[in-house]
Amino acid sequence: MREELLSIIETNSRIGLNELAVMLGVEEIDVANELAALEAEGVICGYHTLIDWEKTSLEKVTALIEVRVTPKSVHGYDEVAQRIYNYPEVNSVYLISGGFDLMVILEGKSLRAVAAFVSEKLATLDAVLSASTHFILKKYKDHGTILDQGPTDEREMITP
Amino acid sequence: MRNPLSDVCVAIKPSGIRKFFDIASEMKDVISLGVGEPDFDTPQHIRDAGIYSLEKGRTFYTSNSGLKELRTEIGNYLNRKFGLEYDGEDEILVTVGGSEAIDIAIRAMVNPGDEVIIPQPCFVSYEPCALMAGAKPVVIELKAEDEFRLTAKQLREAITDRTKLLVLPFPNNPTGAIMERADLEAIAEVIREKDIYVLSDEIYSELTYKGKHVTIASLPGMRDRTILINGFSKAYAMTGWRLGYACGPRTILVQMRKLHQFAIMCAPTTSQYAAVEALRNGDEDVEQMCTSYNQRRRFLVNAFREMGLECFEPYGAFYIFPCIKEFNMTSEEFATRFLEEEKVALVPGSAFGDCGEGYLRVSYASSMENLKISMARLKHFITRLRAQ
Repeated sequence: MREELLSIIETNSRIGLNELAVMLGVEEIDVANELAALEAEGVICGYHTLIDWEKTSLEKVTALIEVRVTPKSVHGYDEVAQRIYNYPEVNSVYLISGGFDLMVILEGKSLRAVAAFVSEKLATLDAVLSASTHFILKKYKDHGTILDQGPTDEREMITP
Repeated sequence: MRNPLSDVCVAIKPSGIRKFFDIASEMKDVISLGVGEPDFDTPQHIRDAGIYSLEKGRTFYTSNSGLKELRTEIGNYLNRKFGLEYDGEDEILVTVGGSEAIDIAIRAMVNPGDEVIIPQPCFVSYEPCALMAGAKPVVIELKAEDEFRLTAKQLREAITDRTKLLVLPFPNNPTGAIMERADLEAIAEVIREKDIYVLSDEIYSELTYKGKHVTIASLPGMRDRTILINGFSKAYAMTGWRLGYACGPRTILVQMRKLHQFAIMCAPTTSQYAAVEALRNGDEDVEQMCTSYNQRRRFLVNAFREMGLECFEPYGAFYIFPCIKEFNMTSEEFATRFLEEEKVALVPGSAFGDCGEGYLRVSYASSMENLKISMARLKHFITRLRAQ
């Protein structure tokens, strides 16, 4: 049940216990217990809302920053990553294989705010060798959801 | 001018679904749970295989039987799923959907006056195909108390000296019924004893929610009495590609290939390349879709129970078949009023045979959101009916 439960709530965290129990063919109490266990184990890390900010009046800029760093001898990349993810404006930090080391995703109020973060906070860290910033121009699909498309069903209304 | 028409053809009743379709298609903002095909798109890698085949200029005919590669993959699939052995050379025929396979199998096997046993409610094309082949359709009315499974007793009673072929359509459209191993063993015993043949339409075999699908062809002595029909439409969400297949003993398949050769030539080449990819790398897609259907199935079973609508739990295909006899109207009246008053399209059970009267076919090949809205509207509707 675990994986199936997760895959349902991954795209709909607001679904009720009752409905989950029906869909999975188990008792409500089992779903509640499993969810509690998943939260306790840190498998479920949060219940967020997917927002298309472009449709609001709020200005937001998202940037992907490729960062090359010098790993520290004891803690390797973890220490640098932590320095970076402690900034609240940082959305995600991933360790990446290939031409650079850390992928930092940042949300700022404006282009200038992002630029300031990179030059004043990121680039000044000792371990950071270089940072290459990419601005996101348009989000087509996020977290598995296509943002700009209503559901269309072109099937015939009635078929045998 | 002389009458241009064939008497046999004219005598065939048009599909009951057609009439209801005409009403539904003129209305706006209707949610349809009347669709007999998956709501998923064909998985992208399978579509890509079709696209690449076009880009590479593979726009020729294939051999009559279908691409050798595809027949090999079909053979492998049936072997790994059911332990069946078919020779890709002349025991597997790639057809234009399962529908063509049904037509040519019946035509290849019956003589005028032979009886073809058809358990109803069922898919709409068996009876017309039997009639066009000059056979006499003999209907067995499946019963709700048997969960719409075919029983050996019913079969035995329907068999006469003229019986040639039994159509065995499970998992079933429109009831969602399945036949488990023990059910099939009882049927197989009668088949062997009475020396008749089986056309087993297993197009929904991948969509089974209670144990694994069992094919009658895998039972002792049944392989050489069975034409096994399957295809890509339901399992891989490939309805529009029009691709199915038939497998069976060489003696019958060779005759079917002849009909196929003269009427069709070969199944669409692009679809055949896509199907090779589906069989090689599509298991995970099928599993995902199946999981999703199963969740919706459970949701509907529960919704009908809560409404107090009589309904057996179906374990196959993507249909559920609730009973509406308590409302004292025909299923067509019910479906028409429900459509007009609540804007949800369901198919009257009577479209699948007279014994489907008093039932509705509800397809759960539709999003959870649509299912939820539809069930809320149905509850609303029947509450009103019960209050009258």
